[in-house]
Amino acid sequence: MQTVDANHLQELLDSFANKDVYIHLETTNGSYASHFQEGFFNAGAFIRNIVIRYELGKVAGDSPHRIGLKLPSGWIYAQGITHYTMDEHDRLLMAGLGPDGKLAVALEISETPFAY
Amino acid sequence: MLQKERHVVVIFPHPDDEAFGVSGTISKYIEMGVPVTYACLTLGEMGRNLGNPPFANRETLPQVRKQELLNACNAMGLTDLRMMGLRDKTIEFEDPDKMIKLVTDLIEEVNPSLVISFHPQLAVHPDHNATGQAVVEAVRRIPEAQRPVLYVNAFDNNTVNVIGEPDVIHHVADMQDKKIAALKAHASQTLWMLQDMEKRWAAQEEDALEWLHNEKFYRYTFD
Repeated sequence: MQTVDANHLQELLDSFANKDVYIHLETTNGSYASHFQEGFFNAGAFIRNIVIRYELGKVAGDSPHRIGLKLPSGWIYAQGITHYTMDEHDRLLMAGLGPDGKLAVALEISETPFAY
Repeated sequence: MLQKERHVVVIFPHPDDEAFGVSGTISKYIEMGVPVTYACLTLGEMGRNLGNPPFANRETLPQVRKQELLNACNAMGLTDLRMMGLRDKTIEFEDPDKMIKLVTDLIEEVNPSLVISFHPQLAVHPDHNATGQAVVEAVRRIPEAQRPVLYVNAFDNNTVNVIGEPDVIHHVADMQDKKIAALKAHASQTLWMLQDMEKRWAAQEEDALEWLHNEKFYRYTFD
């Protein structure tokens, strides 16, 4: 993955628009957050291999970027995206990595299902 | 001094769980000629350490961690590794009967005298506790005369208040090189922690050496 080039990422988002695509979206503080910091309110969410079709995808803001997908009757967005790549399976993988190298958020788009 | 066992089964959800908690014990049993089977339920697919700049991404991390797991097993001399194909952070949401059956089938196949896993409530990560719950229930269902001994790891901050001090301590200082090699094998998870630990070991810090040289368990009792 490389740091976000907003114009290039925008082109990639456009290329998946109006197609049935598989989505991976997660946010996380890690399972140990409230172990290492007592009282930490640990929240996160995860969906994987959900098929959606978006009509408009947009890169917003300066790094860390926000990515929003407008669906015919709904929305998907991720906040904190710093890195992205198109992998060898033509999947668009986006991630928000903290300065400590830990993933905080991921949004991935693929025309083929992700592994389990 | 570890007792000779017929066969030891270790069941943990993540590559690296074994390195932290039992790599000295596993290495020692293998040196003693005791067969050890390690069932690792997931490939740690949801690990957060990807580096910045990143060395992996969400989709390549499982292969990185699978190779690390194989390397760690080599470091310990373990040859019977079972990768069970579940997904990281989902164990607690699986059908409990399916999880119990997974454990039961493994125990029936290898007929261990000792099973090592996590405590069902005091192991911090939801996958750890869910794994412990499946193991405890599977072992509980075995008639007492055939039931293997069960040791569990517990490290919740409140552990000592709830169940006291560990009652099984394996002194495995003679396995420290293998333990360090197993930890190093899981570089994606341990690189940062090891940089700190190696300084502390070099400085002969008592608690760091104590952690390296002793592996502590609770013998699970069924009533």
